[in-house]
Amino acid sequence: MTTPARYWREIPQRYRYEGVKCKKSGQIFFPPRLICPEHKSDDFEKINLETQGKIVTYTVVRVAPPQFRDLVPYAVAIVELNDGARITAMIADCEPEEVKIDMPVRIEFRKIHQEGEAGIICYGYKCVPA
Amino acid sequence: MRDVAVIGIGINKWGELWEKSLREIFVEAALKAIEDAGVDHIDSMYVGNMSGGLFVGQEHIGALMADYLGVTPIPATRVESACASGGVAVRQAFIEIASGMSDIVLAGGVEKMLDVDTGEATLALATAADQEYEVYNGVTFPGLYAMIAHLHMQKYGTTSEQLAAVAVKNHRNGKLNPNAQFPFEVTVDQVLNSTMICDPLHLLDCSPITDGAAAVVLCPLEIASKFTGKQPVKITGVGQATDFLALHQRKDPSWLEAVEKAANTAYKMADKTPKDIDVCEVHDCFTIAEICVIEALGFAEKGKGGYMAASGRTAIDGEIPVNTSGGLKAKGHPVGATGTAQVIEIVEQLRGEAGDRQVKNARVGMTQNMGGSGASAVCHILEVV
Repeated sequence: MTTPARYWREIPQRYRYEGVKCKKSGQIFFPPRLICPEHKSDDFEKINLETQGKIVTYTVVRVAPPQFRDLVPYAVAIVELNDGARITAMIADCEPEEVKIDMPVRIEFRKIHQEGEAGIICYGYKCVPA
Repeated sequence: MRDVAVIGIGINKWGELWEKSLREIFVEAALKAIEDAGVDHIDSMYVGNMSGGLFVGQEHIGALMADYLGVTPIPATRVESACASGGVAVRQAFIEIASGMSDIVLAGGVEKMLDVDTGEATLALATAADQEYEVYNGVTFPGLYAMIAHLHMQKYGTTSEQLAAVAVKNHRNGKLNPNAQFPFEVTVDQVLNSTMICDPLHLLDCSPITDGAAAVVLCPLEIASKFTGKQPVKITGVGQATDFLALHQRKDPSWLEAVEKAANTAYKMADKTPKDIDVCEVHDCFTIAEICVIEALGFAEKGKGGYMAASGRTAIDGEIPVNTSGGLKAKGHPVGATGTAQVIEIVEQLRGEAGDRQVKNARVGMTQNMGGSGASAVCHILEVV
């Protein structure tokens, strides 16, 4: 099964890593929201997110769906960036066993997966040890 | 609001049902529920189904099931709330009767998950998570609960042995359930030595992929005795809640806030507290889920769910028996049907029909069903009248 990812490449925040800051609450959201869940305000400013952060929690995936089968075992984590935004991302450039809660990481632009041998390449963000 | 009772229940053995189609397994359960209720018609029906489209290439499940149940032209609505679909279907039926809109309503759920291979099933299940911001980045469903588990371990000292205790207890109960997919016992060592799926969750920490259906018939309490000679069971509390869909958006990913909210709504409506519950069915899609749920329901203190699970206090003869049916772990987890089947187990317990699984003097029961990594939650409290 192919993912709908081919359409998502047109969505700006995926590649530019843009979030929004609620002018009322100061909260930062990634991906951008049209309404702040806390204050119901729609007054946001566009911001570039911090690229440094740390691991909140993680797992090592050993049984993966078809598009990631070549990568197992791989680590995936919830990462909190220094501005408070949180993302789910693969942890690359280290052994999965080295991944720990509170480990400092930074975001990089990476290839996520490819739809078969000659298929479309899907890009996005991964985190690496900082 | 009118008082609402469950007057009929229908379920068959769950497992790998290669020889039957989606419609057959649902209609079999529905006919059983209708017969158990003693009604000669139904006014409306709700069918919980997570992903007929991805599992068997079939949508428009409401009309299909009404058609093959032979009840057209009654209204039939398919309910989708990921793995909470079957529980939400019961809530919809409750609302329709309580409001006075209909008298006899069938609520059920069905999923046929084994017609696709494990990889495709994994993809279908993952649609309950955030496709763009979780699944795209490589996380799987076991992966989400594994991240909850790691955080719970870090914060509260929960251990893999405590997780395994949930699987051991639920398989011990499931062995006593003739409808369970995996009615056999497992040991802590077997759980800990089973294949690692997503650290720290082993294969035997995970509920299985299952074909199955379940159905109940509801009516106003005041007319329940007209139909059935059996003990009517009153639904006294209903609660449903939502949370951020993506696990990473939640302030504390190890706390199931939607479950807490849904439970509190149900407790308030029923005028009950966690101490009043005699038996409870919870959504143990993974062993860590049962641990987090018993905390969110108020049976265990925050962070103490692992200790409680390993203490024997949630066994059939414990202070609060949890998942007497075997839970999702041993009974199976046909995602759309699970929530309805939980209500069936509680009705059997309150009627005193649970056989070897019977909890002594069970008067008040509860169900807790959730979708995704906890973004949907629905609870019911049921009582002997």
